[in-house]
Amino acid sequence: MSLTSTMTGNAQIVTVNAERIDAAIAIQFKEDMRSETESGASRVILDLSEVKFIDSSGLGAIVAAMKQLGSDRKLDLAGLTPMVDKVFRLTRMDTVFDLYASLNEATAARKS
Amino acid sequence: MVDSFACSFLATELDARSGICSVVERLQDMGLPEARAHEVQIVLAEAVNNVIEHAYADAPLGNVYIHCNLNTERLWINIHDAGAPLPDEKLPAGKLIDLSGPTEDLPEGGFGWFLIRALTSDIRYERRCGNNQLALCFEINANEAETTNVVP
Repeated sequence: MSLTSTMTGNAQIVTVNAERIDAAIAIQFKEDMRSETESGASRVILDLSEVKFIDSSGLGAIVAAMKQLGSDRKLDLAGLTPMVDKVFRLTRMDTVFDLYASLNEATAARKS
Repeated sequence: MVDSFACSFLATELDARSGICSVVERLQDMGLPEARAHEVQIVLAEAVNNVIEHAYADAPLGNVYIHCNLNTERLWINIHDAGAPLPDEKLPAGKLIDLSGPTEDLPEGGFGWFLIRALTSDIRYERRCGNNQLALCFEINANEAETTNVVP
């Protein structure tokens, strides 16, 4: 699972360089997110614009990644493609995460 | 006009991934609209993951058999495996999971049956001769609002 990070202001942007976060890769994703977010940035933006598909395992792994950050840090999601967006909205996970249509919108949003 | 086809693949995550992608591509070639193809892909991923993780949990490597039947009004997909039965041989309720608690208590699983129920118009399960048969129905022409069966 390839993840690449850049910093912008006080936010860490983690880009997922994979087309699917599904049962075959969910555990790896969770572990890779743990290493990638060790730096401790208070806000992490997960750029999902390359991800075309997630299943419930992928959804669970993203929830796990958020829990791994701890209560002082925030995980926002950006660039959800149609199938991914559909899974989040059906399960009401759009009430748990802030979803941004694009990375620009995510970085432009002020976070307290 | 009715079109149908069948295929099978090994019950591993990687074989399922490519097997399901082929099924969906074939259905799109047969005229399945893109929105339905998305939903079929989600439902198949969930149903087949259940076969891999639960039906074949304690068994040596088995196969997953898929049969699709498409007409202008609906698509029936039958998933057949030789693994363990559903608990009590009943379809799980698949209710929407409560997300209102604190972050540290958020569930990381259990969404599969909810997604299957939300995106299908009919589901039938039968246990026969040591095999599981799960039949899933998708309405082809209904619009988004009608086909998403979300039970709060």
